[in-house]
Amino acid sequence: MRDRTFLGLNTAIRSIAVRASRHGTKADVRSPLTGFDKICGSAKLITGTLTSRRSDNNRTLAQERVILSMTSAVPGTLAAFLCFFSLTVNVPGAQAQEATGKPPTATAKPEKKLTEIKIGYLRAYAPQLALSVLDVPPRDEGVAGGNVAIADNNTTGSFLGQKFSLDVTEVKPDADAVPAFQDLIAKGNRYVVADLSARQLLSIADLARDDGVLIFNAGATDDSLREEQCRASIYHTIPTRSMLADGLAQYLIWKQWRRWVLIHGSHERDQLFAEALRRAATRFGGEIVGEKLFEDTGTARRTDSGVVQIQRQMPVFTQDLPEHDVLLVADESEVFGTYVPFRTWIPRPVAGTAGLTPSAWHPASEQWGGTQIQNRFAKASGRRMLSKDMAAWTAVRILGEAATRTQGADPRKMADFIRSDDFSIAAFKGQKLTFRKWNQQLRQPIFLGDGRSVVSTSPQEGFLHQLSELDTLGVDEPETKCVLK
Amino acid sequence: MQRRACALAIVATGFMAGPASAYMAYVSNEKDNTMTVVDTATMQVVKTVNVGQRPRGITISHDGKHIYLCASDDDSIEVIDTASLEIVDTLPSGPDPELFVLSPDGKTLYVANEDDNLVTVIDIEGKKVLAEIPVGVEPEGMGVSPDGKTMVNTSETTNMAHFIDTSTHEITDNVLVDARPRFVEFTPDGKQAWVSAEIGGTVSVIDNQTREVVQKITFEVAGLRPESIQPVGVRITADGKKAYVALGPANRVAVVNTQTYEVEKYVLVGQRVWQLAFTPDQKTIISTNGVSNDITFIDVATDEPVQSVTVGALPWGVVVSPK
Repeated sequence: MRDRTFLGLNTAIRSIAVRASRHGTKADVRSPLTGFDKICGSAKLITGTLTSRRSDNNRTLAQERVILSMTSAVPGTLAAFLCFFSLTVNVPGAQAQEATGKPPTATAKPEKKLTEIKIGYLRAYAPQLALSVLDVPPRDEGVAGGNVAIADNNTTGSFLGQKFSLDVTEVKPDADAVPAFQDLIAKGNRYVVADLSARQLLSIADLARDDGVLIFNAGATDDSLREEQCRASIYHTIPTRSMLADGLAQYLIWKQWRRWVLIHGSHERDQLFAEALRRAATRFGGEIVGEKLFEDTGTARRTDSGVVQIQRQMPVFTQDLPEHDVLLVADESEVFGTYVPFRTWIPRPVAGTAGLTPSAWHPASEQWGGTQIQNRFAKASGRRMLSKDMAAWTAVRILGEAATRTQGADPRKMADFIRSDDFSIAAFKGQKLTFRKWNQQLRQPIFLGDGRSVVSTSPQEGFLHQLSELDTLGVDEPETKCVLK
Repeated sequence: MQRRACALAIVATGFMAGPASAYMAYVSNEKDNTMTVVDTATMQVVKTVNVGQRPRGITISHDGKHIYLCASDDDSIEVIDTASLEIVDTLPSGPDPELFVLSPDGKTLYVANEDDNLVTVIDIEGKKVLAEIPVGVEPEGMGVSPDGKTMVNTSETTNMAHFIDTSTHEITDNVLVDARPRFVEFTPDGKQAWVSAEIGGTVSVIDNQTREVVQKITFEVAGLRPESIQPVGVRITADGKKAYVALGPANRVAVVNTQTYEVEKYVLVGQRVWQLAFTPDQKTIISTNGVSNDITFIDVATDEPVQSVTVGALPWGVVVSPK
């Protein structure tokens, strides 16, 4: 009888009452956008009291010490977002101006003519559900990071007579992105930060190439965009699935947890991440001893009292898996992953899209000066910084750095600088980041976190590479299928 | 009896082997909110003092009576009496003070406020803020010319050294340097400002007259990844002949010939070395090694590491008493 309740598991994960309250809901965002124009100038903001104990310890120490207090999470406020949004859509539609000759050391008096650098931001957006309300993507995910970078660039720009703007446009996830892209170009944006699907990105890539526009992909993790489908007009600041999977795999191997089982979802992106995990296993000496598909049969993600059923169903679903050290989950679609930790048949750690998760950024990272960007971001946006925010911040900062180093706003000179050997960008990840020349993917360390704190960052010690240890993550040059065109 | 004689002999030897005269070194420990006091002659910890939250930048008054300490998470600068080792006062600092520099006349503190893109000018005696100067993103490094006329701040995300006239509190020049500039040190003759770039991996030497980069010093250690070489603290000897550069996770201090700009030696110290301080007799330079929780005494004559001493958790800055 008892067993019967567990039958039909694949179909019956019904869901869950999420009553979790947001951690640390002290409302500490005091009209963060008072006088936004001021942010663009001196970026003098109202101080928040954010964290109590922070330090700039590096990886070794972080691994050894338990971080005891992580006190602050600042709740999102609609007001903050609306302010930002209104700013970004009210950017005047002036023409981009060519660079003026600048002396190598510009003076502080900014009476000179302002050079404007207009950046478009094109995103596919629709509200998304998640198994836990804590994981529902914020309305301004990514955009908020871009806006903080605009403020950063404008502080620097105030010394050089440069002004940056961000023009945000949204389309539906399945919509044709071409008209919106053409609209951004018509408004004089020479650079576009994109948070789009792979299909949408490819639909605008060749148009961008023909117009001499650079696209910065801050949203799509698809390896295909850096391999078979790579394009010369697209730079990628968000890591690929293979980089994320490799970062996780290196840590599991470092821990000597080598036997893995894999539960993956039935959607395309779940399959792609599962494939990246299989590749990582082969690459670093892990063994996937068993796999199981968790079919999405279209159940509701949130229902009252679903918890009771999950608690009984998940142990049975994982009961027939062979002996393993770690259970890997590939569920980007948010169908079951969050339900796996602590509910498995045998007690094993969970990693992948649930449990220990690889990411481009972690909202609790305070290493390598991270405290500063985290504080700045929290003050400006009223929430913690996520991976997509960091990818967008990095993209906009790359353009700021190019404008600073080339002393102007000439798109060709800026593009040449970004492609040159002199280019690098600092992004609170402990070392300079550069682009892989063969597919224009930004090399970067991968954070491994458990939702509360950073557990480690990869590449792990001992994974060596003849050129850059960052190239132990993802597809390396000898293996690439990319021919830039 | 014999044992006591032996002990005395060891103490005597210790004194002879160590630096000639006794100074106190004060080390800020970022992680455990303490300041360690170390006798530079015996190279022993004398006392550990509880201070404010996240102590980082540390300096001392010219008469040696007061230590100024940035308690970053308390948004204040603490004044510690060196005789009693008690916190006797606080100065207004602006939010999140990280690093500061004392004017040559000892009257003014110039403070980098990381979170606010500001340099705050503080009158120590009057305990008041004289000026707030908007600078680039994430101000950090602070240096002042020996004549006190020029102050330099570095901004870590803007990647500039901002030259500020101390009489007008206005920026006069912005010099572009490499990524994440962390520290500024003037040469004793005031002709150059040396600016380290942590992520860029270089030290830019800036001419204080032309305000242009005249030399970029790079570092290379066999067997180390270039990314792990991250210059932070810089100190130049009083005779102006040698510069010491702390190289962060490269775990070494580089010794640079200031005439040729060549690196003459890499001194292996502890893990993640960030800041440096000379003893007043210039015979010893001390490094703070954050991850190994210690400081290393380096003999300036031979550039050999003499001894490492365990201090608090994540030692950040160090200053040595002038007497």
